[in-house]
Amino acid sequence: MKVLAAMSGGVDSAVAAARAVDAGHDVTGVHLALSPSPASYRSGARGCCSLEDSRDARRAADVLDIPFYVWDVAERFARDVVDDFVAEYAAGRTPNPCVRCNERIKFAAVLDRALALGFDAVCTGHYARLVDGLLHRAVDSGKDQSYVLAVLRPDQLARAMFPLGDTRKPDVRAEAAARGLIVADKPDSHDICFIADGDTRRWLEGRLGSQPGPIVDAQTGDVVGGHDGAYAFTVGQRRGLGVTVPAPDGRPRYVLDVSVVTRTVTVGPEDRLDVRTVLAGEPTWCGPQPTLPWQGLAQLRAHGEVHRCTGEVVDGRLVVRLWDPARGIAPGQTVALYDDTRVVGSATINSTAG
Amino acid sequence: MAYLDHAATTPMVPQAAETMAALLSDCGNASSLHGAGRRARRIVEESREAVAAALGARPSEVVFTGGGTEADNLAVKGIFWSRRDADPRRCRVLVSAVEHHAVMDSAEWLAAREGAVITWLPVDETGRVAPQTLRDALVAEPDDVALVSVMTANNEVGTVQPVDELAAIAREFGVPMHTDAVQAVGQLPLDFAQSGVDAMTVTGHKFGGPLGVAALLLGRDVDCVPVLHGGGQERDVRSGTLDVPAIAAFAVAAELAVKEQPVRAERLRELRNSLVDGVVVAVPDAQLNGEPSLDPLRRLPGNAHFSFPGCEGDALLMLLDARGIECSTGSACSAGVARPSHVLLAMGHDEARARASLRFSLGHTSTDADVAAVIDAIAPVVERARSTSG
Repeated sequence: MKVLAAMSGGVDSAVAAARAVDAGHDVTGVHLALSPSPASYRSGARGCCSLEDSRDARRAADVLDIPFYVWDVAERFARDVVDDFVAEYAAGRTPNPCVRCNERIKFAAVLDRALALGFDAVCTGHYARLVDGLLHRAVDSGKDQSYVLAVLRPDQLARAMFPLGDTRKPDVRAEAAARGLIVADKPDSHDICFIADGDTRRWLEGRLGSQPGPIVDAQTGDVVGGHDGAYAFTVGQRRGLGVTVPAPDGRPRYVLDVSVVTRTVTVGPEDRLDVRTVLAGEPTWCGPQPTLPWQGLAQLRAHGEVHRCTGEVVDGRLVVRLWDPARGIAPGQTVALYDDTRVVGSATINSTAG
Repeated sequence: MAYLDHAATTPMVPQAAETMAALLSDCGNASSLHGAGRRARRIVEESREAVAAALGARPSEVVFTGGGTEADNLAVKGIFWSRRDADPRRCRVLVSAVEHHAVMDSAEWLAAREGAVITWLPVDETGRVAPQTLRDALVAEPDDVALVSVMTANNEVGTVQPVDELAAIAREFGVPMHTDAVQAVGQLPLDFAQSGVDAMTVTGHKFGGPLGVAALLLGRDVDCVPVLHGGGQERDVRSGTLDVPAIAAFAVAAELAVKEQPVRAERLRELRNSLVDGVVVAVPDAQLNGEPSLDPLRRLPGNAHFSFPGCEGDALLMLLDARGIECSTGSACSAGVARPSHVLLAMGHDEARARASLRFSLGHTSTDADVAAVIDAIAPVVERARSTSG
């Protein structure tokens, strides 16, 4: 097969590309330039869009002796991921940009272009498994990325390759070293790739400006503090509230609700965070659509715990009832449905109820 | 493999490679006073004389540098500094809008750091600066101009500038002129003295010499402030121990390129014309960018530059590469990210046409088979690339 290997400059995508070569595919490496003006050489290699990352990807491709190109997807990325990220926060939601990037860039814009250019598949370093065309969790549960891939349709998955799904991360690093890939010891990227210093709140402030408002206690209705922008808060957040008035019961307070319209952040005790019903948007099924109502597992945030649940579709929207309560579920995140290790589908969370 | 990217770099001619190889293990710093140093010095000076003779300069006007970019930086910054030191009013630089980044970015650096003011000289749709354009720019305020820099031939679309006429105008106003002639050696007749310019950049690897060696031809009376400071080896304008084997090979290649220029140019012109004809037949809506007449004195004989409407240049490049055809989108890269060419934009083309462009450049090793390979591949590749856009 003619395979396009998306190479971020990190160790995972380099080993994934190497395995595609070993499997006998005709592999071409492509680095996606996500920023119109790549920030030179950034220390710590946090993201995937610096010049250094581009160079690392090229070096890995050289070692693998495969052609390598840089594709400029900065415009699409700015529109479909970064602008969306800002708009979601501005609307009081907590987006997951990696989900959007997979949905709209890697397995949409890039995949489409690859197919048009005569490629058969796109290979990435994601930790997830494809078994008979169905998406499953990776063997390394600590690195599993099936959650951020749960937005992919069967036709997209049919063109995807995830060669690392059956391997644990330390083994991937060892393999990179054995193959002579200099990225073997490169640190993992954890943060949002387009926020260089990892300070999301300050980055948002620069784009959304100051929008001061009150912090209100849900139990007493009292104003217990103030903030410079409700967008900086996420449901379930405990730290950094800056509330000086102690709660009547002395228990710690959490963000319960973020209202951008009234610029109000509502805080309260942990048990008020309990969620039993998740109202989400239109579902994407990763395989055949399940018979509804459906029983299985729900994951409500990246690397979050799973909950037994019942899912059904009402007026085209996914409704998930959790058998035991989940805490601090933020609108904007993705609810991914699993049947054991298999990803059934997903939708974006619109609201929750206790 | 069909290599059609000679404007990026062209193979070393065997005579230059042999000269270089023979000298690589010799020891000798051309600045040393002992025997080994004198032998090295002699090779450098003979090379300097050969380069001077080939390019119509005096030996003392040949300043060896570590590459074309260095020579361009030295000319633009060095002459600017010198002229401004002599008269602080002289802060304006007149630069064509289609220069290579080595000139363009040097000028922009002067604007950002040294208070220079840039006047970009506009070009017509073929990429040429009209002499009247320069005259108008000088007449407006002749006393504040530090220098003029207009390339001899454009690296992307191959358009040859009326350098002699431009130099005569600059001279009228007493303003020094630099020209980046990197693409011209071996393809056009070139004579430093006759051209009337004050500084001219030439570089080895574009005409069959080694990489990493170039020369700034710098008129005897032209004062130039150094960029690199040190031993002052080259006329106190450029410092650094001289690369004797590379300079010797550079000289051999320069002599050969100039000697063979009429024959080479005619051969390149024939090959290029059949390439252009073949591509236009295969892809009828292909647009030839630059000088349409294909006159070898108005367009580099080895240059063919097209836009393929509805395609992206980098998709074309990739598809051709997969078929063993090596060419270029001709635009500058940072992280390898293609930007629409400033040259095509300056010629008045829109961003779509600029992004849809591809450069084929022929050189001394090009063959009929290379041209045939492109003509064979171009229609299916364009068709495939068209399906990727939109």
